[in-house]
Amino acid sequence: MDKLKITIDNRTIEVPPGTTILQAARMIGENYPPAMCYYTPLKETGGKCRVCLVKVTQSSEANPRPMPKLVASCLTKVENGMVVENETSTEVLEARKGVVEFLLINHPLDCPICDQAGECDLQNLSYKHGTEATRYEEGRREFEKIDIGDNIQLHMTRCILCYRCVYTADQITNSRVHGVLNRGDAAEIGTYIKNAINNDFSGNVIDVCPVGALTDKKYRFSQRVWFSKPFYAHRNCDKCGGEAVVWIKNNDIIRVTSRKDKFGEVIKFICNECRFDHKNMNDWSIENVYELDNDSVINANKYKHVEESPAVNVDAKFVSE
Amino acid sequence: MSKKILLQHINVPGINTLETYVSHGGYQSLKKAFSMTPDEVTEEVKKSGLRGRGGAGFPTGMKWSFLDKKTDKPRYLVCNADESEPGTFKDRYLMQNIPHALIEGMIVSSYALGAKTSYIYVRGEMMHVIRILEAAIKDAYRAGYLGNNILGSNYSLDLFVHPGGGAYICGEETALLESLEGNRGNPRNKPPFPAVWGLYGCPTVVNNVETISDVPWIINNGGDAYASIGIGKSTGTKLISACGNINRPGVYEIELGLSVEEFIYSDQYCGGIPNGKKLKAVVAGGSSVPILPADLILKTANGDPRLMSYESLSDGGFVSGTMLGSGGFIVYDEDQCIVRNLWNFSRFYHHESCGQCSPCREGTGWMEKVLHRIENGHGKMSDIDLLVDVAKKIEGKTICPLGEAAAWPVASAIRHFRAEFEEHIKNPDSCCKKHLHSEHALIH
Amino acid sequence: MTILSSNTIQEINNIKSRYPEGREKSALIPALHLAQAEQGWLPVQAMNEVAELLKIQPIEVYEVATFYTMFHIKKVGKYVIEVCRTGPCCNVGAEELIQYMEEKLKIKVGETTEDGLITLKTVECLAACGTGPVLQIGPDYIYQEQITKEKFDQLVEDLKIKGR
Ligand SMILES: Cc1cc2nc3c(=O)[nH]c(=O)nc-3n(C[C@H](O)[C@H](O)[C@H](O)COP(=O)(O)O)c2cc1C
Ligand code: SF4
Ligand code: FES
Ligand code: FES
Repeated sequence: MDKLKITIDNRTIEVPPGTTILQAARMIGENYPPAMCYYTPLKETGGKCRVCLVKVTQSSEANPRPMPKLVASCLTKVENGMVVENETSTEVLEARKGVVEFLLINHPLDCPICDQAGECDLQNLSYKHGTEATRYEEGRREFEKIDIGDNIQLHMTRCILCYRCVYTADQITNSRVHGVLNRGDAAEIGTYIKNAINNDFSGNVIDVCPVGALTDKKYRFSQRVWFSKPFYAHRNCDKCGGEAVVWIKNNDIIRVTSRKDKFGEVIKFICNECRFDHKNMNDWSIENVYELDNDSVINANKYKHVEESPAVNVDAKFVSE
Repeated sequence: MSKKILLQHINVPGINTLETYVSHGGYQSLKKAFSMTPDEVTEEVKKSGLRGRGGAGFPTGMKWSFLDKKTDKPRYLVCNADESEPGTFKDRYLMQNIPHALIEGMIVSSYALGAKTSYIYVRGEMMHVIRILEAAIKDAYRAGYLGNNILGSNYSLDLFVHPGGGAYICGEETALLESLEGNRGNPRNKPPFPAVWGLYGCPTVVNNVETISDVPWIINNGGDAYASIGIGKSTGTKLISACGNINRPGVYEIELGLSVEEFIYSDQYCGGIPNGKKLKAVVAGGSSVPILPADLILKTANGDPRLMSYESLSDGGFVSGTMLGSGGFIVYDEDQCIVRNLWNFSRFYHHESCGQCSPCREGTGWMEKVLHRIENGHGKMSDIDLLVDVAKKIEGKTICPLGEAAAWPVASAIRHFRAEFEEHIKNPDSCCKKHLHSEHALIH
Repeated sequence: MTILSSNTIQEINNIKSRYPEGREKSALIPALHLAQAEQGWLPVQAMNEVAELLKIQPIEVYEVATFYTMFHIKKVGKYVIEVCRTGPCCNVGAEELIQYMEEKLKIKVGETTEDGLITLKTVECLAACGTGPVLQIGPDYIYQEQITKEKFDQLVEDLKIKGR
């Protein structure tokens, strides 16, 4: 099939049919729209958070009219000759600021004590697109923290209802015990009855969560993410292939996560055994340093700082390919 | 007397039964339709100019012709009987009193669309209507109007009633389909539209009760005859459910083009405002449409008389116009408090948001809380512009039009009654005499 | 042992046939109505049984039951009075009436009378705005329109007799 031409913020690229505006923008590689709910490895995600809204000023070559409303770039397919404004449109930036504000009004803003701090997409998003002061003076929604099984903790107060963890359970694991309960702003992720999310791949809900709502319970009591250093690592694993990232501090593996690409999306899901049960340095062949996404807060300031004065000595464990 | 299409026989005793309905010309359209090809039936509906009566006013014939007939998947017709838009109670009235009108319409419309199974999605609260429809459907099967080879034709149809579970959002057509599939009523992102990807991923048409009930008359009398009723592109008649501060609340079938003034003041319709009070404002098409003050509902900004038609009611756009919407006509007299009423509607949208997309989930609650504060004497002047801005940040950014439905009432009330909001803030005690501070529980 | 009666199970199985093969989940809302009509509310066990009948996971039932306002996921009284609290009904006195109901029943909205007879709930527009104030009484969902204080008193008396 012929490639389709699309222009986003004055940069033109050709993409295969079926590509979404967001994917095309990511191919261009700069200033692509943020995405809090869409997740390439998971089918049916997207369309919910609305941070990826863009303006289509020309629908296609055949139909040069603009689209009447801003559209979700994560779901809107490219048409040949489409012209899109993302960061060049003040309307888009205003709308995005609005969405970020909405996402934050019921968010606890407890970054200083949140385990996700430093690798939180919402933190990164508000850093880039938010306003400084909040106009919201009403009460915030709050939930108790709950353990869903031995390995995972749910802190619903922080959830932005992206539904990623629900699709993960549906698509990556063999059963789902958690879901979205209630509706409107009373909607919450939960199990309804006391239940454990526990099957071979359930730990991946932690990696897909864009905020600190689902966290690794075993890691929780350890240190801030930027005090540890991540490395590519692998082990022999029949279940998932064992390609992961291990986070090392003082020669200890303090947690194991999936590898993510520069858009923060898991490249290959790992099994619970790799994630939770192998924290010994001998369990893993450790490779080179794992590079983090460019716009993350860790990279922007904190993480660099740590890197400059490496506190860990991992050379001994370095295995070159 | 204006033309009656749906309610012509409403006062005939027993019109709710199959026998009486048939003896008054009911089910005639089946034979006629079966003598035509499905596309000819669609063509007739196109000619009639009939527009969707559920709220959006989309041309029905055109919607039908978008139905994807290229696949070999089954096609579905789903009737939207979720009627939950505040101020709207015409579908319930029709189904309760003349259930066979809808069933006849479903058969003819299903034939036109090539549907072999059709569903009527009725909001669960209307259990009494569900019972009536189920009994009427049974009678229609018995009489050979439903089932295999209807009236000796090659056409077979099964028709089922499906109850909802209590959710306004399930009136939105894709939420309705999700609900019919047994899911939470989360609207779908569009495209794809139901015409391509509807019920069970099959091509589907969703139409309102009244829309479908209009079809038999169109087939019996021809699309041109229907198009000759009404005014301009607002062809035919429309059921208007009138409520609020009027002498004669109820459901009226009007010929589109009737003047708003006549509708409000004539004894044939609303019969004027009780107790000699003055008209203050009208919400003309269900709670979601912009509210208009008395002068603008009676006359357009140009000074022309405002008519009950799609075009006239929307004359002036959002600055000075509104919409025909679902035909839920809510009248406010001079004693009614716009702020309190708006807070009430905002609470409705807050309560009914499905919670999927962030602007609606968070924004509806925010607006309700600010309005609640203003209404209860804790408002600040800056709250008014805050409300306008929050409404603007919801509008057009959401998955489904509930976002707009929540934003428009806020934007329009402030546009036309700003002084009343300011007065509430400056003088919290002076405006509204009926402050009741009871907090009513939300969901469950 | 199931807590749903064989009658209800049979009815749920019948309803499944309205929907295409493999689409049993479509019967979920009708099935929950049936389960609730029988149980008075939706205990977890009943929802799990519905899940099993429709070949879906229990969480899918919980997700749906908690989305729709008609489903009582907490125990309710023998009768549930659901009164409309939306604009048009308020224009004709619903708010005052709701306050009166709370006083009369000595409970707040959302609560159940001590004897377990009546739960009072508010609901949004019931599509009867021309004949407001409106309420409906579950489990049969009978509409009662143009409610006045006197009419409400009478309704409560009737329920007391009926519920004995
Ligand atoms: C929030 C929301 C609620 C709606 N509620 C209803 C409803 O109760 N009944 C209805 O017929 N249409 C309702 N609609 C409109 C439907 O989405 C759809 O446009 C309509 O059923 C199409 O039928 P029609 O073309 O015959 O009007 C609603 C739309 C929205 C966005
Ligand atoms: S606009 Fe509101 S009701 Fe519509 S999808 Fe978004 S959250 Fe749901
Ligand atoms: S990423 Fe597109 S809507 Fe959330
Ligand atoms: S507002 Fe009460 S029934 Fe419509």
